[in-house]
Amino acid sequence: MAAPVVSVRDLRVYYGTPRGTVRAVDRVSLDIGEGEVLGLVGESGCGKSTLGRGILGLLPEGAVSDGEVIYGGRNLVGMAPKELRRLRGPDLGLIFQEPMTRLNPLMRVEDHFRETLEQHETKLTDREVRARSLETLGQMGIPPTRFRQYPHEFSGGMRQRIMIALALVLRPKLLVADEPTTSLDVIVEAQILGILSDLRRSFGTALLLITHNLGIVAEACDRVAVMYAGKIAEEGDARDVFGDPAHPYTRELLRSTISLETAELHSIPGAPPNLIDPPRACRFHPRCPSAMAVCADRDPVEQRIDGGRRVLCWLHGPEELIPDGGGAPLEREEIAVAEEA
Amino acid sequence: MGEAADPHDGPDVLVSIRGLKTYYSIRGSFFARLLGREAGHVRAVDDVSLDLRRGEVLGLVGESGSGKTTLGRTILGLVSASEGSVEFEGREITRMSERQLRALRREMQIVFQDPHASLNPAMTVAQLVEHPLQIHGIGTRNERHTRVAETLGIVGLSPPEQFMDKYPSDLSGGQKQRVVIARAIILNPVLLVADEPVSMLDMSVRAKILELMLYLRSELNLTYLYITHDLATAKFFCDRIAILYLGRVVEIGPSESIYADPKHPYTKALLRAIPDPDPRRTVPRDLPPGEVPDAARPPLGCSFHPRCPLAFEVCGWETRDLRDLLETRWALQAQELYEAEQSVMGDLTALDEPAAHVRLKAGSGHSGAEIVALLDSIRQASPDAPFWKGVKRINAEGDHADVEWHEPIAPRPLDHGTTTVECHLYDEDALAEAERRRAETAPVAVER
Repeated sequence: MAAPVVSVRDLRVYYGTPRGTVRAVDRVSLDIGEGEVLGLVGESGCGKSTLGRGILGLLPEGAVSDGEVIYGGRNLVGMAPKELRRLRGPDLGLIFQEPMTRLNPLMRVEDHFRETLEQHETKLTDREVRARSLETLGQMGIPPTRFRQYPHEFSGGMRQRIMIALALVLRPKLLVADEPTTSLDVIVEAQILGILSDLRRSFGTALLLITHNLGIVAEACDRVAVMYAGKIAEEGDARDVFGDPAHPYTRELLRSTISLETAELHSIPGAPPNLIDPPRACRFHPRCPSAMAVCADRDPVEQRIDGGRRVLCWLHGPEELIPDGGGAPLEREEIAVAEEA
Repeated sequence: MGEAADPHDGPDVLVSIRGLKTYYSIRGSFFARLLGREAGHVRAVDDVSLDLRRGEVLGLVGESGSGKTTLGRTILGLVSASEGSVEFEGREITRMSERQLRALRREMQIVFQDPHASLNPAMTVAQLVEHPLQIHGIGTRNERHTRVAETLGIVGLSPPEQFMDKYPSDLSGGQKQRVVIARAIILNPVLLVADEPVSMLDMSVRAKILELMLYLRSELNLTYLYITHDLATAKFFCDRIAILYLGRVVEIGPSESIYADPKHPYTKALLRAIPDPDPRRTVPRDLPPGEVPDAARPPLGCSFHPRCPLAFEVCGWETRDLRDLLETRWALQAQELYEAEQSVMGDLTALDEPAAHVRLKAGSGHSGAEIVALLDSIRQASPDAPFWKGVKRINAEGDHADVEWHEPIAPRPLDHGTTTVECHLYDEDALAEAERRRAETAPVAVER
């Protein structure tokens, strides 16, 4: 991997709810290389969006974070909000799921770009602002004839292209895209993914692509991190991980994914846990078909396996930490259909 | 699709749809409404004919704006049809009163996409599932209670006592969808319309809900109309598939044929676009540009022609395609080049009015011949673009240029093996007509 743009170390993000404390991100470490596309994949409620926002220091009221997010030699965790704001845009960009809610309906496309550029690059002339905006929009397929239109005059796919252009016009080093294609149709989704996976070539931007769709990761990403219940279950080269998953969760999730190649339907018993009171030890053990006695008893230890892949699962050792009899299949009550999703 | 084309008219047809149109009128500005002016129509469902056979699962597949949801709702009488007929077990429902429809709804139920939004958060599971029985005044309190418990068991929420007093907020997404399904089947319906029933659910639980729906089909003899944008889940669930585009059925046939041998270029594109977790795959690049157009102003001829890589002379080329062509070019050009070309083209609003002929006035200080020269150079750059097949004549006169396209032919549904497809590529007459016009006009006449 190229030198990391961002290094996340032991990041924790907790937030309070009336029902208790949600441990959305629980000791996560992750590197994103320069110009790299890293896919962060997981089911709803696994903490992937919170992790994406945590990296940018964008956390909801009442959230607490701890650990390190190193960017340009500085730790973003605990940085003053004012300083963080200065980095957001020119260094760190974010694209959301629903583009309409992020564009101001009363502002022309032109005004969105003018505002963004004037805030961060004060030295540009009017002509330069226009040229930069049109060039970036053009690369996203938005013609200059539509520069003075309002957001409602564009289709959903066009709005998402505008949002991407708006993030890229400042040439950020890292872009976090949180389910950027979820509300789009399948053909438009593929168009947008094509644009995103080309970012490194056209802009040199690294991308953290957050999605629930494994197919998207397989097609658009270099590396993938699979997240389950606030932790990274497995991380490595996307081809390796999907070709030969090391963590049972990755394997089961791949088998559950319904694609045109799927030969039979498969699902994972149970449902993803809530993060207020997650299962102890390995959080996947109640749903894991490969669970051993140790999995319900001790926290798994991160292991490195071939090709620099990281996996958080007792199946990969270390042997010396597994107590006697810990390798036996986990005895448990059948998960009742009642517990099923 | 064609009435004569379907040999399955007979006792096994549950719902028969013929020439169905559902148009929504657009509410114009306040003043337009005050003056009683119509602002136009959205043709959400535009002349659809198909049969739903008893016991089958028919998939209605399309992108947003294809009219799939409106079609489903029109069949249930939730939206009123503008034209055409929908017969449910021989009874015409498009002209039924609300009272008649209410009685009929015991037999036809719907499951919506979002289980969170379909369940009243203030009601318990037992209340929610019992509700339809109360509305239709069925059974005593005890009988209803028993029926609720049975139904919860059928949808896999067992033991039922564990769920009856819970509120929707206590349940997972999949469990909520099971409650929604329990509520839909408690009246013993014949037809279940399922509108994207799994698309809001996590991957690891989608299969369970699909399996439940397949189980219910055999257990309760249900007929399904499965509305989805997802051809991958449809493959597992449907006996037959209808592909919708802009309110029309562009292809319909048995699932095996649709997946193994798709005919319509749109069906092919949809299949290619589905993301696949195969690590050897990369993002498909050869996909149609653009998005589903506005159903209030559909393209001339075949609605898919502006995005179709195989479109030819008679597919409906027109003014707005020229605007797209120019704008796509300008998006990638340096500002100076774009500005120079735009000043030649002048005001493009003439291209917003759908027509197969347009008179363009050159920008001030420019001549019609310059427009012709510009268009010619665009054609030289990519002479094989389908757009140029549609152009019949371009000529200049003073400060104007006239562009004329071949007269569009509306595509018609034609049987092709086991599928019925609405595409000129499979229509001998259209192909012959295109051939004739090509001979007449080739090469594209450029008169200066």
